[in-house]
Amino acid sequence: MTSQVSDQVSDVTYSADEMMTVSAARALRDGMTCFVGIGLPSSAANLARATHAPSLVLIYESGTIGAKPGQLPLSIGDGMLAETADAVVSVPEIFNYWLQPGRIDVGFLGAAQIDKFGNINTTAIGGDYRHPKVRLPGAGGAPEIAASCREVIVVVRQSRHSFVERVDFVTSVGYGSGPGDRERLGLTGAGPKKIITDLGVLEPDPETLEFTLTGLYRGVPASAAKERTGWDLAIAADPEIIAAPTPAELNALRAFRGT
Amino acid sequence: MAEIVSLAEAVERAVHDGDAVAMEGFTHLIPFAAGHEVIRQRRRDLTLIRMTPDLIYDQLIGAGCARKLIFSWGGNPGVGSLHRFRDAVEHSWPVPLEIEEHSHAGMANRYVAGASGLPFAVLRGYNGTGLEMLNGGPRAAPTIKPIICPFTGETLTAVSAIRPDVAVIHAQRADRSGNVQLWGITGVQKEAVLASRRSVVTVEEIVDDLDPRPGAVVLPSWTVRFVARAPGGAHPSYALGYSARDNDYYVAWDAIARERATFTQWLEEQVYAVPAGQL
Repeated sequence: MTSQVSDQVSDVTYSADEMMTVSAARALRDGMTCFVGIGLPSSAANLARATHAPSLVLIYESGTIGAKPGQLPLSIGDGMLAETADAVVSVPEIFNYWLQPGRIDVGFLGAAQIDKFGNINTTAIGGDYRHPKVRLPGAGGAPEIAASCREVIVVVRQSRHSFVERVDFVTSVGYGSGPGDRERLGLTGAGPKKIITDLGVLEPDPETLEFTLTGLYRGVPASAAKERTGWDLAIAADPEIIAAPTPAELNALRAFRGT
Repeated sequence: MAEIVSLAEAVERAVHDGDAVAMEGFTHLIPFAAGHEVIRQRRRDLTLIRMTPDLIYDQLIGAGCARKLIFSWGGNPGVGSLHRFRDAVEHSWPVPLEIEEHSHAGMANRYVAGASGLPFAVLRGYNGTGLEMLNGGPRAAPTIKPIICPFTGETLTAVSAIRPDVAVIHAQRADRSGNVQLWGITGVQKEAVLASRRSVVTVEEIVDDLDPRPGAVVLPSWTVRFVARAPGGAHPSYALGYSARDNDYYVAWDAIARERATFTQWLEEQVYAVPAGQL
């Protein structure tokens, strides 16, 4: 999954992960408020803030609102998040006052497994719940981020293991089992609008809410996305070819990581 | 009034076999020194409560102190798995571990209910998740149930209060009367202490006067049972103003905890062989 891509036009070399992070960063608009999960989402959100979205408000579940880290934090509670934040609030407060009422524009999440309706599993894979094959970290803030942010973007590497027909455990609800489920469950946010992977971008079909491939990175064939999806992936009539990272984007990303 | 005692004495008097223990600190101010003391005193059958088990509960679980874990996110932040936690869940090593898992919002509200003297808290949450089925189902002792708002008729989610026997936290400082002050990311520590029957607070330093700090949480002496001085006691997490998070240690822990043998060696050398009060 760490294949290097050589771009003939701009002559820059980048990894599939870098393309994914850049693509996810581009999905964030300047001035948005963004509830950030750790890992890939945090890299992308910080890249957006370092490039086209300097006024992006980063909110971490540790209670840091408006954090402006100069380096990529390893955890959601690194000291620089608190030291650079506009406000630091308690954990009950971040969830009750800030997330729950729907004040936050976008929730930025990762996933271990995701299904065609954008439901996320970060709890356990295989076997049964009491005797799983793989025990994952669990829910953290994700269920309520997925429920209450105005919309959700998921960043996840694409494979047959991670993109499944039905998740083994619903940790965080996307569209449940289809249209009408979010309303029936009383989930106030609009749900997942994009899944950004190392191959391209998926968006929900407006009718069925099933995630459909709508964008591909340069040089990635649609057949590759199909092969790395565990359900019969629908492909938009004319998928957008997503531009390669610009040198500015790559420089900012690499500077952040200290590489 | 809090008693100012040694860490060993605080743990000996506050933490007993079979207790429900909440060691809180959300990435920041994690009470590692106190956790190691609990391991050294070989406490058993504990119900460990903590939003993010982190390395501290990986250590306690691997050392065989826990019977049950109540939590909401059990990973090594930014690194990967907690291998001792996984080994306990997947293979019952060194002893079987019962788990009860929630979301962060659910856990935070359960502490709020405990601190508020209420039997439950209300939130919008869990709807449609597997967690709701696990914790609200007929076979479980339910900790999540739907509740109808008496004013609007809307269906919301109730979560049962957490009331630990003992809360253990680390703070920047206390004064000689045992008033405690912490700042930076303060997590759920105030709620955890107020929800618990007893509490132990380790501190970086004990000072004559606690000069006020904007945004600080202050726990008055009469809300705390024991205060113990443990400088550096949050390592490898950190105490804002005193130390930085040791991210390299979090990365290194992955290899230490991955195998039982390397973990057991770590336990012998870094915990059992170290006298109380030394890090």
